[in-house]
Amino acid sequence: MKRGLLAILFFVALVAIWGALVQAKIWSPVLLPSPRSVAQYLISALRDGTLVQATEVTLRRLLLGYFIGLAVGLPLGLLTASLKFAEDTIGVLALGLQTLPSVCWVPLALLWFGQTEGAMLFVVIMGTVWSVVIATDTGVRTIPPIYARAARTMGSIGFHKWMRVILPASLPFLVSGMKQGWAFAWRSLMAAEIFVTILTGFGLGNLLHYGRELNAMDQVIGVMLVIVIIGLLADKILFSPWERFLHRRWGTGRT
Amino acid sequence: MSLQEELQGPPPAKLVVDHISKWFRQKRQIVHALDDISLEVEEGEFIVIVGPSGCGKSTLLDTIAGLEKPDKGRVLADNQPVLAPGRHRLVMFQESALFPWLNAFGNVMFGLKLKPGLRNRERREVAKFFLHLVGLEKFMEANVHELSGGMKQRVALARALAPNPRVLLMDEPFAALDAMTREQLYGDIQKIWQKRRKTIIFVTHNVREAACLADRVVIMTPTPGRIREIFKVDLPRLRDFNSIEIARHASKLTAALKGYLAPEPAVSME
Repeated sequence: MKRGLLAILFFVALVAIWGALVQAKIWSPVLLPSPRSVAQYLISALRDGTLVQATEVTLRRLLLGYFIGLAVGLPLGLLTASLKFAEDTIGVLALGLQTLPSVCWVPLALLWFGQTEGAMLFVVIMGTVWSVVIATDTGVRTIPPIYARAARTMGSIGFHKWMRVILPASLPFLVSGMKQGWAFAWRSLMAAEIFVTILTGFGLGNLLHYGRELNAMDQVIGVMLVIVIIGLLADKILFSPWERFLHRRWGTGRT
Repeated sequence: MSLQEELQGPPPAKLVVDHISKWFRQKRQIVHALDDISLEVEEGEFIVIVGPSGCGKSTLLDTIAGLEKPDKGRVLADNQPVLAPGRHRLVMFQESALFPWLNAFGNVMFGLKLKPGLRNRERREVAKFFLHLVGLEKFMEANVHELSGGMKQRVALARALAPNPRVLLMDEPFAALDAMTREQLYGDIQKIWQKRRKTIIFVTHNVREAACLADRVVIMTPTPGRIREIFKVDLPRLRDFNSIEIARHASKLTAALKGYLAPEPAVSME
């Protein structure tokens, strides 16, 4: 309760300082809009539906690409952790591509897929897959061997061992890998949307881009706020349940 | 199989270790872990293997479990050769090896769920029965990290007992516990052994522990791992860890061990 109050106070103070800076007229109001004008933009954009629509488009791209990325990355990570051959091939590839900033996929995606949803999806998937592969691989490798031995004596082998021992045992790493994959996917999608206008839908990145084109600083800051809030919410909705479970069972991490 | 029969459990098994030898290939050398080990274990017998670290006692236990394959010789459980781990020979490790993603009840259920011929309701009954047996019925929902070291080993014991193995293999299960907890568990394991009639093979480097628990104590020496002597401990149960009788037997074991530990070449170079 006290913590919540302090947090609210902190953000109120931030907005107050922002407002004071605008009042001081150090910078032109074109460069630094007032909190009020940003709020006005947000309200009008909510009313006329542009913000809701853009959020929908962006989230659809993000979630679809992210879950495909997970579905591909998880099995690949299990493969690289269990087969020497996969480790030397896919493992090295994943390590290399993970270091590639995912924005770097944008030019390639545009040339291959044109200005289509496919290009966006490709960028998000590439941003997700490799960090999920690496995290799964690390997770499986760091499982204490005694778990597998104990499971084996009780008759857990093959598919059962993978589903009931290896996967749950590597959960702490999987969750951090999924979080990292999410962050990469989110960043790369925003970059792609800012650079490229995709005619099949205008996302939040497009709104940001047009804010700049129109010199509408209230729009730019408003959309940035929305992006931050979505990021926060996603973290809470997608990952908090897992982290709570990890905290409860393993006794580690934060609540 | 009815729940009653299930709770009663199968008869203990007879084990024969038949001239097994085992070598470990390491980077630069070959370690002779077990050298021509033979041992017959009667149904329901409590065997303790004692020896200094590196004498191959854990390797011997793993071989009996089926986790390791001998290079020579074989292990027979009720006249059947042991080729792989099996539900009839369950292992308790030094660290509890409990699964942190499951609670205490879930851990005990793990092995039970892999046992065919039971309904899920019956499995839950069996799991509760064994958690009760080790005195942890109040901690069914507890997470592994919330349990003390002694409680973890109790859950591990319940997990190993629940699928009703005929042999229980224990690899220094109490080594990481404090003295008080350990002494309490010596009493508990003797009581449970009398109630459940398992064949138990228990590995330790603590001679007093050996004297307290064993029907027979097997003394092993390292490089290569060999059985040197087998002592019978003819004391009535329940034995008190702190009794003079146990101390007397323990000092006999210590003397024997010291006598055997004359220096020998540690490894054979390739």
